[in-house]
Amino acid sequence: MNFVVCIKRVPDTEARIKIAADGKSIDPTGVQFIPSPYDEFAIEAALLQKEKAGAGEVIAVCLGPAEASGELRKCLAMGADRAIHLKDAHAHRDPASTAAILAKAIGDLSPRMVFFGKSSADHGNSQVGVQVAERLGLPSVSEIVTLEVEGDTAKAHREIEGGVEIVSTSIPAVFTAQKGLNKPRKASLKGIMAAKKKTIEELAYDEAPEGLEIVSLDPPPERQAGRIVGEGADAVPELVRLLREEAKVI
Amino acid sequence: MAKFTGVDFLDMDSLLSEEELLVRSSVREFVSEEVLPIIEHHNRAGTFPKELIPPVAELGLLGANIEGYDCAGLNNVAYGLIMQELERGDSGLRSFVSVQGALVMYPIYAFGSEAHREQWLPALAKGEKIGCFGLTEPDFGSNPGGMLTRARKDGNDWVLNGTKMWITNGSISDVAVIWAKNDEGEVEGFLVESDRKGFSSSDVEGKFSLRASVTSELYLEDVRIPEANRLPGCQGLKSALKCLSQARYGIAWGGIGAAMACYDEALRYSQTRIQFDKPIASFQLVQRKLVEMLNEITKAQFMTLQLGRLKDANKVRPAQISLAKRNNVAMALDIAREARDVLGANGICDEYQSGRHMCNLESVKTYEGTHDIHTLIIGHAITGIPAYE
Ligand SMILES: Cc1cc2nc3c(=O)[nH]c(=O)nc-3n(C[C@H](O)[C@H](O)[C@H](O)COP(=O)(O)OP(=O)(O)OC[C@H]3O[C@@H](n4cnc5c(N)ncnc54)[C@H](O)[C@@H]3O)c2cc1C
Repeated sequence: MNFVVCIKRVPDTEARIKIAADGKSIDPTGVQFIPSPYDEFAIEAALLQKEKAGAGEVIAVCLGPAEASGELRKCLAMGADRAIHLKDAHAHRDPASTAAILAKAIGDLSPRMVFFGKSSADHGNSQVGVQVAERLGLPSVSEIVTLEVEGDTAKAHREIEGGVEIVSTSIPAVFTAQKGLNKPRKASLKGIMAAKKKTIEELAYDEAPEGLEIVSLDPPPERQAGRIVGEGADAVPELVRLLREEAKVI
Repeated sequence: MAKFTGVDFLDMDSLLSEEELLVRSSVREFVSEEVLPIIEHHNRAGTFPKELIPPVAELGLLGANIEGYDCAGLNNVAYGLIMQELERGDSGLRSFVSVQGALVMYPIYAFGSEAHREQWLPALAKGEKIGCFGLTEPDFGSNPGGMLTRARKDGNDWVLNGTKMWITNGSISDVAVIWAKNDEGEVEGFLVESDRKGFSSSDVEGKFSLRASVTSELYLEDVRIPEANRLPGCQGLKSALKCLSQARYGIAWGGIGAAMACYDEALRYSQTRIQFDKPIASFQLVQRKLVEMLNEITKAQFMTLQLGRLKDANKVRPAQISLAKRNNVAMALDIAREARDVLGANGICDEYQSGRHMCNLESVKTYEGTHDIHTLIIGHAITGIPAYE
């Protein structure tokens, strides 16, 4: 019984991003990389499901550069049993080809449950998880905040505008994790030592990036200086007017 | 507060293994999420954050460089990085972990019997039992060889009498490693359970430093313990000093952590604090302060990494550890003071960390061999002439 979790190596969300000379990628010098934060919820979910089932393996899968072995090692240190590294020589890969490669690798594992983060912290396309489900012919539930499994049925809560949607699906299925699904565990020192003995298998594939191309990256506009419209209660009407008419936020 | 991402101007990370980086990141996250939100409260109240013992133990931070006995068995560089990250949070928390690991678990591991190891190490690693290390006395600090505490052999028992002072974890301990002189005047190490008759303690009050750490006085009045409580592998005061070498090694890394916390705080503050219509970071004098901090941290990092690699190769000499302890704690204290200055009036309030680190580091400068005692140790090593007395 395999519980698969897919992770992506992304720049630390605190990193100061500089755009590289080519104008369409980021300059990685001095940038720390981490597993995408939503993926950590996915790892924890996979570990919890395996613990609950009392059997099976958690397999972490990553399509990414050679350095992503560090992120996979972190999954192993948190408790994943083994990892698969699909080494990618391309700096950028569009969601469709990412999903095609992952689906092929995951399909061979005949997974019971597959977990993704709801979106990656870098490009944030939110596409890979659902595309993989589609390619595997499995149901998918995205952005889940709770998950309960009874037999071959899973029940999940999803936060939707103004409420909660409760979904039930048969498993095998694919889930994408929203913040709040669980509290990801930290890799303990023993876990880190144990991870040294676990294997990261490198799988070959051939799939060139296709379709989507990043044409250019632009930094967000400089933030405008703030404005003080007055002081005390007298300033309130003017503030309300500006919020309504200029900022258009109320 | 913005997430702490470390200080690494010369890409020291490229010299660290995947495992060392993972260890650091786990402890860094732990400190950010679980230590920093509560530490000011404890520092103000003068209380030790006992609630951190279970998560610290669960992560495996107690005796992390010991092999077996439920310990993680990390190398010394990974161990050092743990100390760095803990002290980035608070020197008091780092002191707790140092004492438990380097001054209690290490002597049990190195000088204890197999029975001692099996009885104590797993429980100490799990944080179920707490230990302390009693060497210093009211009248013997830098010169522990003069200690007055005595162990008199009585049949198959030992009877201990004396007072130990400035003992970290003293009153919260289940077991104390006590150093005492036998009838021949040789120093022996003993494991004294805190519930032995005649063993008592009281806490040092009024500290302005290491307020989130317990510092106690221990009283031994005719404390009777069996021969089985003696650490059989000890060879006089030298063994006590070996424990100190372990702890000092960790403190050398710890100093870097405290310095990083202060530098990080001063840097961020200087970029947002506006005076004369500009961030204060735009003034040359402020930039110079920040640059000096970064400069000293960077030097300390590489010196200490090399020290760790030597220790892992079993090639480290005590005077080399003295060099790093002496340098790193002094530089951290200087950086804490300078960071406090960059923060202006805000620097004197505990909403910011630099003032706390500054006060803490005064203890760290004194304990485990004062700054000047390390000067003498290094002086002895390079001239061959001891100048202690
Ligand atoms: C918070 C805290 C926790 C501690 N925890 C522990 C613990 O857990 N276990 C333990 O055993 N001890 C502990 N200590 C004690 C610590 O190790 C001693 O304070 C330290 O060794 C210095 O001894 P002292 O305070 O008696 O100072 P002294 O030895 O009296 O030194 C006072 C000053 O004289 C200088 N001096 C002394 N001798 C010489 C010399 N020959 N040449 C030049 N200068 C000299 C020193 O450098 C210092 O500046 C702790 C101390 C503190 C503050």
